[in-house]
Amino acid sequence: MREITLSQAVNEALAEEMRRDPTTFIIGEDVAEAGTPFKVLSGLVEEFGTERVIDTPISEPGFMGMAVGAAMTGSRPIVDLMFGDFIFLIMDQLCNQAAKIHYMSGGKLNVPLVLRTNLGATRRSAAQHSQSLQALVAHIPGLKVAMPSSAYEAKGLMKTAIRDNNPVVIFEDKLMYQDKAPVPEEEYLIPFGEANVKREGSDITLIATSSMVQVAEKAAEMLAGEGISAEVIDPRTIVPLDEKTLLDSVKKTSRAIVIDEGHQSYGVTAEIASRLNEKAFYHLDAPVLRMGAMDVPVPFSPALEDITVPTPEGVADNARKLCAGELIHAA
Amino acid sequence: MAKAKAKTKTNTEDYLRMYRQMVRIRTFEDNANQLYLSAKMPGLTHMYSGEEAVAVGICEALTDDDRITSTHRGHGHCVAKGAEFKEMFCELLGKEEGYCRGKGGSMHIADQSHGNLGANAIVGGSMGIATGSALRAKLNGDDDVTVCFFGDGATAQGLLYEVMNMAALWNLPVIYACENNGYSEYTKTEEIAAGSLTARAEAFGIEAFKVDGQDVLAVNDLTQKLVARCRKGEGPFFLELETYRYHGHHVGDINREYYRSKDEEKDWKQNRDPIVRFRGYLVEQGIATEEEIEAMNAEIEKDATDAVAYAEAAPYPDASEVDMHVYAD
Ligand SMILES: Cc1ncc(C[n+]2csc(CCOP(=O)(O)OP(=O)(O)O)c2C)c(N)n1
Ligand SMILES: [Mg+2]
Repeated sequence: MREITLSQAVNEALAEEMRRDPTTFIIGEDVAEAGTPFKVLSGLVEEFGTERVIDTPISEPGFMGMAVGAAMTGSRPIVDLMFGDFIFLIMDQLCNQAAKIHYMSGGKLNVPLVLRTNLGATRRSAAQHSQSLQALVAHIPGLKVAMPSSAYEAKGLMKTAIRDNNPVVIFEDKLMYQDKAPVPEEEYLIPFGEANVKREGSDITLIATSSMVQVAEKAAEMLAGEGISAEVIDPRTIVPLDEKTLLDSVKKTSRAIVIDEGHQSYGVTAEIASRLNEKAFYHLDAPVLRMGAMDVPVPFSPALEDITVPTPEGVADNARKLCAGELIHAA
Repeated sequence: MAKAKAKTKTNTEDYLRMYRQMVRIRTFEDNANQLYLSAKMPGLTHMYSGEEAVAVGICEALTDDDRITSTHRGHGHCVAKGAEFKEMFCELLGKEEGYCRGKGGSMHIADQSHGNLGANAIVGGSMGIATGSALRAKLNGDDDVTVCFFGDGATAQGLLYEVMNMAALWNLPVIYACENNGYSEYTKTEEIAAGSLTARAEAFGIEAFKVDGQDVLAVNDLTQKLVARCRKGEGPFFLELETYRYHGHHVGDINREYYRSKDEEKDWKQNRDPIVRFRGYLVEQGIATEEEIEAMNAEIEKDATDAVAYAEAAPYPDASEVDMHVYAD
């Protein structure tokens, strides 16, 4: 199969859906000629024109709100938010407006929009350009949240998001834009709420999202050399969450670590871990561990930044301890 | 356009300091760019080169008690407000001796000792902070003034209009200094800003001025007057400073002809450079000789080279610092 970058995969998904559905348009900062700072949208304005690839001033709450209004009245906007950190600027439009309108209207109004943005630290971009804020939006009922872990997922999830009748937030890993993966030429969609078992194993389950999937896979590789068989699962969407696949795996392995790049406290890992505890308690041989980013703003200095995010070594270390029964009575 | 002449200033020391500060900014940026190009600096940074007369003209009208808020393109503001090269380069390299102990980096340098409340990586993110600082001054009866630096692109942020409204209602001692360098990232200002920027401030009853941001004396003269009026409770004010950034949006923005022509860049550099212009003026007025100026330039260059070498050799913060400073004691 051909291999393309995550950036190309997103670009293809957008182009295909925009050809298919004339009610779609892209709106955001420097999306047209510049094709965004990450160059993900290069070429789209040439094909679809500035009426459907719309450059805005630096007015995030403004264009987010306009996307909500356009979505309520027949368009399917794709909002480009340059950095995930800027979600804080648009929270009202996203969480008070977009997320609630379908419900508040008794199901009469729809808000079919996609918010594409990104996550991920270790790019030396400091505290306001490095956050992974998926937990904040996943907390709000009415929003769906997709977290692609490779070019393949990025394309399939984006196409599904655009066809969904709800507001969907997609977090791409900005460090992964140039990473290649096999992506079929033929059209495909990845349904929401279907986890992907990336690697089968029998001793421990590593549940990892987005940027952390690679970390978990590397950890599994290291563990395999030591005779520990780790299963790696990528939920792909955290809302909706494919509980069944996760529970089936944990019932089989009896141990789990949940890994996500958002802050650990009150985070995605906490939610998934507690569902496993609630629904697979008697199958567990050890507490479910959470591994997220440290509970500190992302520091600039490389000497500090690198220790704030989970690493393959750290995951393998915890897996070893869980399998040896060492962490059962910890703390 | 305000065209202030040198009449109000007779102190040659002030002039020489303004020149020195502009050269210090340019030299700092040349060295920072070099650090990026030689892959010694983590991440990206935004060069202030070309805009020196704005930061220097304004900050030379302020004291250490006056505050500023800065932007992602903040090295110029930081130097102009009195910061040292050593601590700045250490910060850019993520070293422990940096102004923020390596935690902030280029986009978050703050220099508390000189009243620099910090650069900001959120466009428009400091508008509330600057106005809040001015509110504190008014509540406390302090006579310091706060200058809020931001770009033309930042005028698209709604926050500006909320805080200008309150600043005008309450006569706060704040000066909104809009550095209009013609571009917001990769887009020309006229494509993202409707109408007139100064008229927006005027709509709130705020006196607004358009100034040649390449003329350090014009900027300084006007700012001195406005600062004095702010101290008397006559603020706020709005300045639109016409200027130009010489580099790309950030140091990695090399191939930029698709949004900005080489001819245009050449024109600004050759015909409107703030340092060349002011140097010519100093020599013409007999304030400094070419030799004195060359000696000053060389001394600044050496300062920068030494500071870079120092920063390169300086230690990173210890890993134990990672969870320090999340909460104040
Ligand atoms: C809220 C927010 N939106 C977008 C960005 C990305 N961004 C960084 S600088 C910039 C352009 C700013 O233009 P301007 O205010 O004119 O300042 P200049 O870079 O020209 O000095 C943009 C869009 C950001 N950092 N913050
Ligand atoms: Mg600008």
